[in-house]
Amino acid sequence: MRNDLTRRDALALGLSAAALAATGAAAQTTPSPIKAADVPAPKLPIEKGATLRMLRPVRFVQPDEDVFRANAKRFTDATGVEVKVDFVGWEDIAQQTAVTANSGAGPDIIIGFSDAPHIYVDKLIELTDVADYLGKRYGGWLPLAQKYGMKSKSESWIGLPFGATAGPLIYRKSILQSVGFDKVPEDHAGVVDLCRKLHKAGKPAGFALGNAKGDGNGFANWALWSHNASLLDEEGNVVINSKETIAALNWVKELYPTFIAGTPSWNDVSNNRAYSSQEISLTANGVSLYFSLKNDPATRAIAEDSEHQLLPKGNAKISPMAGLTLNAMVFKHSQYPNAAKAFLQYMLEKDQYEPWLNANSGYWAQPLAAYAEAKVWSEDPKVRIFKDTMNSTYYDGYKGPISSATGAVSADYVLVQMCAAVATGAATPEQAAAEAERRCKRYFRR
Amino acid sequence: MSVTTLSSPALALRQPSWLVRLFDYKPFLIVMCLAPAIGLLAVFLTYPLGLGIWLAFTDTTIGRRGVYVGLENFQYLLTDPLWWGAVFYSVFYTAVATFGKFALGFWLALLLNNHFPFKSLLRAIVLLPWIVPTVLSALAFWWIYDPQFSIISYLLVDVLHWRSANINFLGSPWPARFSLIAANIWRGIPFVAISLLAGLQTISPSLYEAAMLDGASAWQRFRYITFPMMMPILAIVMTFSIIFTFTDFQLVYAITRGGPVNSTHLLATLAFQRGIAGGELGEGAAIAVSMIPFLVFATLFSYFGLARRKWQQGEGND
Repeated sequence: MRNDLTRRDALALGLSAAALAATGAAAQTTPSPIKAADVPAPKLPIEKGATLRMLRPVRFVQPDEDVFRANAKRFTDATGVEVKVDFVGWEDIAQQTAVTANSGAGPDIIIGFSDAPHIYVDKLIELTDVADYLGKRYGGWLPLAQKYGMKSKSESWIGLPFGATAGPLIYRKSILQSVGFDKVPEDHAGVVDLCRKLHKAGKPAGFALGNAKGDGNGFANWALWSHNASLLDEEGNVVINSKETIAALNWVKELYPTFIAGTPSWNDVSNNRAYSSQEISLTANGVSLYFSLKNDPATRAIAEDSEHQLLPKGNAKISPMAGLTLNAMVFKHSQYPNAAKAFLQYMLEKDQYEPWLNANSGYWAQPLAAYAEAKVWSEDPKVRIFKDTMNSTYYDGYKGPISSATGAVSADYVLVQMCAAVATGAATPEQAAAEAERRCKRYFRR
Repeated sequence: MSVTTLSSPALALRQPSWLVRLFDYKPFLIVMCLAPAIGLLAVFLTYPLGLGIWLAFTDTTIGRRGVYVGLENFQYLLTDPLWWGAVFYSVFYTAVATFGKFALGFWLALLLNNHFPFKSLLRAIVLLPWIVPTVLSALAFWWIYDPQFSIISYLLVDVLHWRSANINFLGSPWPARFSLIAANIWRGIPFVAISLLAGLQTISPSLYEAAMLDGASAWQRFRYITFPMMMPILAIVMTFSIIFTFTDFQLVYAITRGGPVNSTHLLATLAFQRGIAGGELGEGAAIAVSMIPFLVFATLFSYFGLARRKWQQGEGND
């Protein structure tokens, strides 16, 4: 880190002379709106001859990869540490992380998803010093980042979140207006009322109730959390079989007949297709749906008529929406832990992170408060609501400690299937909740 | 001098070097020749199979080494309605799909056994569903069964106006189950048809000629000549077919992933879902191991049930 420290010292000197808001030494043409506090960086002397290998999930958009690689190269130029970045398919990253952790060989750094550092916590080094520094420098870590970054019930960081993406509602403004709504109501009865009217108008709503990892779990969690039901209590006990869950399931049962036919067989792309072909007027999805509509001349009109809205609160205090989080971890088997930490810190610094965040055009939202000022959030007003993705206090496994079992419950579609069983009439709410409890207890048995 | 110079090679001939003697030693040769094959089998077959069976008796998860837990996984499965559901559907799927494949495949084989123009070309075309990678045909069926964009729904609703709403193929349990069976039958027919066609061509025409001279009808010729003569090959093909169908994974996983609400899980897809997606490697392995008794039973049944006729081995009739 010698070189880098010198560079940053010089930068800090420059910063103390100029106003904080002024840009750093990096090659930026317009002044950056990101405020960075002047905080001493942790001392991370880079090991001699260090090289790094890392894995991360593949890009949404090409500029993501380009900027990420360019940032890594700047780190190499500044410190002399070679960094080899491999981009891995989303479906494969969990398995590759498992192999890396179990075999104690392979990449030094992996950017996995949400709960990965909590599963392999024994195999990881703590990143508390880097996290503390970044948090102080950039206005603090947002709630979702704290949840996924820190070991539960402790102050020690095991993951460094890089961003999150969530699935809010997306609806057709004109169709909602035609049935007398400006936006989706925030209360449960209002949502049912709206969906009934949309159904009558022949442009129903559609939410995935099939084995859809993202959309299905998103809907099930929304139904539960908006009724203040949860999978776990704070201690990690399974509390899914509760009267709140029954209320949520009764609401799903009431809502389901208003959906377009076939949602129990929907997977993650089904609602995108149905929305794009104008079969449905309301669904929940990540920002990718909006961009694919906007970027295709044939469907641009649909994009212009579409609005995003945070998932309705129901009985909850804030919109109950969890974001899929990019979560970086450094393995104990790495020979160059300081270099790895320095690299992650470097990538989350303003000069690197801000261009990367902007390059992602809204697919990923920042984990650090100060980056809310980034240019990307003022570009397209329809993308702006994604800015606060990591401001959520809801996460997969809410509201217990994150573990491999919380991930397994969503990967095994336990909660989605509970909702789908009630919706399709295969089970009563009481039966479905008891069955979900049985399956969850199995996953949480140790 | 000359005698001594000659005598030493002669001696060497009578007393070959230890290497030559070693290679002339039969037990050693057997071991040497078998070692590569046994090594390959052990590394690529016995070890994974053994590991799978061992995992079924542990509580290993992805990310954590397990400990031996005895029959705990199996005891849990016996109380798990999802496992029983998968057992039911695996048996149902195998039974109905195998029946369908054999009925249609045998019929197709009989048709292909006739003389008609472009015989070879047609026989090649019949193989197509079997040649296409399963995942591709599964994707095609996934589109065919799509609740919104199915071509069948399109034809019935928008072109022929026979129905007012799309068919919901995969949205409720029984339609989804039969849709998958239909896809499996479509894929499995060529294997049965071509195998049985090969069997049909081994039946000597003189048998039919003799039967015709005795005044046998077409049905009688089928019932008393074709069918019995086909029994051995039917038994083998059916054994294979049952094994392939029972262990099917790709069609179900690509089309429904076991949905809606787990009504179409086969044991293989359930094992994958629990073991890899859910991370419970031990339990997933236990589900996979629980397929073995079914497979052994199915194999024994089709082998002894269909192929035990003694006359086939030339030992009089049964």
